Amino acid sequence: MTDLTSLTLSEAREGLANKSFSALQLTDAYLKAMDGGRVLNAYVLETPDQARAMAKQADEALARGEAGPLTGIPLGIKDLFATEGVRTTACSKILGEFKPPYESTVTTQLWRDGAVLLGKLNNDEFAMGSSNETSCFGPVINPWRREGSKTKLVPGGSSGGSAAAVAANLCLGATATDTGGSIRQPAAFTGTVGVKPTYGRCSRWGIVAFASSLDQAGPIARTVRDAAILLRSMAGHDPKDTTSVDRAVPDYEAAVGRSVKGMKIGIPKEYRIDGMSPEIEALWKQGADWLKAAGAELVEVSLPHTRYALPAYYIVAPAEASSNLARYDGVRYGARVPGHNIVEMYENTRAAGFGAEVKRRVMIGTYVLSAGYYDAYYLRAQKVRTLIKRDFETCFANGVSAILTPATPSAAFGIGEKGGADPVEMYLNDIFTVTVNMAGLPGIAVPAGRDVQGLPLGLQLIGRPFDEETLFSLGEVIEQAAGRFIPGKWWA
Amino acid sequence: MNAPVKTSKLIKGATGDWEVVIGLEVHAQVSSNAKLFSGAATAFGGEPNAHVSLVDAAMPGMLPVINEECVRQAIRTGLGLNAQINLRSVFDRKNYFYPDLPQGYQISQYKSPVVGEGQVKVDLPDGESIVVGIERLHLEQDAGKSLHDQHPTASYVDLNRSGVALMEIVSKPDLRSSEQAKAYVSKLRTILRYLGTCDGDMEKGSLRADVNVSVRKPGEPLGTRCEIKNVNSVRFIGQAIEYEARRQIGILEDGGTVDQETRLFDAVKGETRSMRSKEEAHDYRYFPDPDLLPLEFSQDYVDALKAELPELPDAKMARFIAEFGLSADDAGVLVAERESAEFYEAVLAALGNRERDGKLAANWVINELFGRLNKESLAIASSPVSAAQLAAIIDLIGEGTISGKIAKDLFEIIWVEGGDPREVVEARGMKQVTDLSAIEKVVDDIIAANPEKAAQVAAKPAMIGWFVGQVMKSSGGKANPQAVNDLLKSKLGL
Repeated sequence: MTDLTSLTLSEAREGLANKSFSALQLTDAYLKAMDGGRVLNAYVLETPDQARAMAKQADEALARGEAGPLTGIPLGIKDLFATEGVRTTACSKILGEFKPPYESTVTTQLWRDGAVLLGKLNNDEFAMGSSNETSCFGPVINPWRREGSKTKLVPGGSSGGSAAAVAANLCLGATATDTGGSIRQPAAFTGTVGVKPTYGRCSRWGIVAFASSLDQAGPIARTVRDAAILLRSMAGHDPKDTTSVDRAVPDYEAAVGRSVKGMKIGIPKEYRIDGMSPEIEALWKQGADWLKAAGAELVEVSLPHTRYALPAYYIVAPAEASSNLARYDGVRYGARVPGHNIVEMYENTRAAGFGAEVKRRVMIGTYVLSAGYYDAYYLRAQKVRTLIKRDFETCFANGVSAILTPATPSAAFGIGEKGGADPVEMYLNDIFTVTVNMAGLPGIAVPAGRDVQGLPLGLQLIGRPFDEETLFSLGEVIEQAAGRFIPGKWWA
Repeated sequence: MNAPVKTSKLIKGATGDWEVVIGLEVHAQVSSNAKLFSGAATAFGGEPNAHVSLVDAAMPGMLPVINEECVRQAIRTGLGLNAQINLRSVFDRKNYFYPDLPQGYQISQYKSPVVGEGQVKVDLPDGESIVVGIERLHLEQDAGKSLHDQHPTASYVDLNRSGVALMEIVSKPDLRSSEQAKAYVSKLRTILRYLGTCDGDMEKGSLRADVNVSVRKPGEPLGTRCEIKNVNSVRFIGQAIEYEARRQIGILEDGGTVDQETRLFDAVKGETRSMRSKEEAHDYRYFPDPDLLPLEFSQDYVDALKAELPELPDAKMARFIAEFGLSADDAGVLVAERESAEFYEAVLAALGNRERDGKLAANWVINELFGRLNKESLAIASSPVSAAQLAAIIDLIGEGTISGKIAKDLFEIIWVEGGDPREVVEARGMKQVTDLSAIEKVVDDIIAANPEKAAQVAAKPAMIGWFVGQVMKSSGGKANPQAVNDLLKSKLGL
């Protein structure tokens, strides 16, 4: 029998339905792979007992012929999602051994559809980072290596654990969250597919908040089809999140393979940034050619406010974060470091509980919301946001179905290579992805090629609000043309 | 608003007269079964932390969901305050750290409140009326409660109140005396209770006020104000203003300056003391709450709520005066409490002849019923005499079946023993005698028995009163006083 963990989600689903193997066999294969893959540090908590129990239930459901869309599919869950009775930390020391007495809406829906929980996946602390180096559990190691090199590379972030685990076959699919690129950038760094849905498509209830107006959950998967299958289960209206939208969830998988003939695809000239590497430029051109070959029409479009997106994002996101993270005060749950009085207790707890990047953003956020600075920073950033949104609206109003851009300015970099002295160097990773969050649009990252050192590179497609289906159709075209990207196994 | 300064409102100082300027921020707990953004119950009391949801405790990943009932109540209150209703308003976060504030921010409305400017007419005890401007009304969450007396070294936190909906009703600085401020809060409370949007129970903290006080020489610009936080009774509001105004005048007359600060009222000592200075004031870093969409509703929704509003005290008072000829004082007493007005209206509804006896009914409700209830410290809801019973007594007076004096005896009987007043009158022979021949006999007997007095009457007509008394006494109070009077006059040749 072939290694079960090398199957895609749709293949595994077929195998389970055909009784080629049981859900328990599939889960055990993953638990074994996780054992061997610990060097990657993708999981911060493994839940083998729960996984096997859920797999057995899946087998019973399959035997009864009551399989749901994900019955028996083993998934990893980003540690930002609250899992009932299972430690949830957002990879921050401040949450300590916090075990939520509740389950996030997104994961509740995955379990409803029969999925199996393998464990909790590493991420940047509170999802603040682009390399998974800010996690209190230490960095995740990218399963990809430069050709002929043993240098440890980052998997991207903040959903670095999710991307690495999917790429290294340590789970069949993973949940992730994306506030400025945290799904799409790690997907691009690991040769996986990542979808950031339209803001409001997935419920945020039960997901540790980073920046509420930007956060959105989505899947990371091995193929476009797998991502479509997962998103269908994750999405949907939730009365407990008033920013979630009451709109029917389409059968995304049906859009995979649908013709893209006649679609107008925008190529935004402003994304041709200074100093862009020739290989990224070539990749972008290649992607455009593939879509053209599939019958799409390529048009140059203009998104004139693009260059303001990153600075505005680094005002809005920290502002919201500074307020969202105020609840971690040591009073009710998580870690507490005592003090002689309440203020000292707050200070000791937060000084010890938060890492450097989180502190930096809390301080930036506090600053930009302060009396006398609010208008100059936060209010202006919100105005920029409106303009960015309008850029896209104009584009879509002109008949553009989707926009094609690179996903990242480069391939994965080495651990410790970036952002040491200058955090902005790290922030620049999000340059192609933040606009999508600022505008609340859906985006997908699909692997499309390799850099000179053999590392995967991704392309991004940006869609109209709630038109994830078109992104799956277009993503499939690129995937079919580019093929799958599977790292050589050097671990275990 | 710059109303002409009434000299009677001024406070005398060593250097001349001072005017006190007051604005109030009243926090009224919204009458609703559930909290503003969570499904948790709002019942008063209960074990500490018994009414706390995951949202109230600010667990990671929890999100607020607006409670429509609280919005409805805020709009109804705004309509009751004759205020502008904003069809679009925004919830903001007010950020600060405190152990009983689990989120680390209070969800409030800062720049765009649900209710804008309005006004309230306030009747003062001296008969004067003023109009107090309302600046705004907004919805916000209440905080929890820190308990400092449960443990020798630690403080406990009770989150039962955390997240309960409050309406903050901000007045313009239109008030010029503690009397006006007290009358304003009482009127506000009356309106809220009529609307059923706040129970107005100040003992339970359902209604409390932050009081802004400054002083100035009449005609001068506004002085520096101090804010006295969380005053929880009408009497204390008056005391706090009196104390604070004199404190500020004292400072200014000694050549000092008033520091803008937040102060606390110490009810035991009857004084205010500094809580924090302007420099120590928080920077609340307000910004729109990204977890909540702007609050939007249609004009139709507002119109429907307006159509269903109950009659409010001002309208009711005007109607009582116009329809039944009540004095403004009497009408004011009746409408001051919703329950009183409702009782009076129930009496009116049960009366046989409302037009004739409406005013009489008001006198009876105010003097006999309220007097007796006060004496026994009873609330109107537990009155032993029902509105229907009282109406029956008044019917008996109005139709001339019993005299006012007998009616008081009858009221006493009904109060103690209950029963149908008409039957009691019948059974106990309390009916007024209007049979002229029967009264005439008594009159004749009294005149015959007192010839000297009868002789004196011509010279001293006031003596007729003595004869009336004798006849009434002899008839057991049941003789019709008018008939007695008429008969005596004719028999005595007056």
